[in-house]
Amino acid sequence: MLDEKYVTVPATLTEDAVRAIVQEELEQAQKRDAAGKKAAIIASKGTLDWAYPPLILATTAAASGMDAAIFFTFYGLNIIHKDFEQLLKVSPLGNPAMPMPVTMPNVVLGLPGMGPMATHMMKSKFAGKNVAPIGELLEAAQELDVRLIACQMTMDVFGYAQEDFIDGVEFAGAAAFLAEARQAHVTLFV
Amino acid sequence: MTETQIEIAEELDARGLLCPMPVIRTAKAVKALTPGQVLKLLATDRGSIADIPAWAESTGNELLDWHDEGDFLVFLVRRGQET
Repeated sequence: MLDEKYVTVPATLTEDAVRAIVQEELEQAQKRDAAGKKAAIIASKGTLDWAYPPLILATTAAASGMDAAIFFTFYGLNIIHKDFEQLLKVSPLGNPAMPMPVTMPNVVLGLPGMGPMATHMMKSKFAGKNVAPIGELLEAAQELDVRLIACQMTMDVFGYAQEDFIDGVEFAGAAAFLAEARQAHVTLFV
Repeated sequence: MTETQIEIAEELDARGLLCPMPVIRTAKAVKALTPGQVLKLLATDRGSIADIPAWAESTGNELLDWHDEGDFLVFLVRRGQET
């Protein structure tokens, strides 16, 4: 049994009081940790379906008070290209998870016209369910000050010029993304 | 606290919209309020039941009340100090 003179904790300090102090300390620590308010996302895919997750997460992060940045690399550049409406498509080929009205073998899905049909189907399905179109999400992202960063290296490889992209896009490389990501708790590769 | 006791400063109709738009629109609408004012949000996105409280929690705004009207959901959000 402890000798009473070594017990420094006052008798009035209840478990609840201790919990409250710990909670307060934790909250203050979270406030001091700026990384808790940053999201850094990589968008590497250039299809209509995969354009959604980075834009949805970044706009929601920004709307939740976080500083959000998306780094568009490789095919992800399609999403911020001025012609994103035409560039973002879906293909039923090689995607057994895509819901189709009737089951079709891959050899049929590879026929001309099947890609545009799948793209049209997805767009009208999304519009029918009232999912925001990509253009609206891009506008929301810009309104919420989400940083849209294009990967300069892949732009050079694909032969894109800065003017090919929507207004407000920044241009940078891996180091710039990492500088952002190292200060963020939320980092995602899409 | 029930709706009848609360003064509603602004109403936002997000019915028919899906994720992430109810949260995006709510954030914008609440930002336009002064601290302490209350936004009434109408939504049909069932994800909002989890998303609006989570958003309020992480932005320092207060979800005063929410309920299911059957056809749609109603949320009452009071603007906090630090949004």
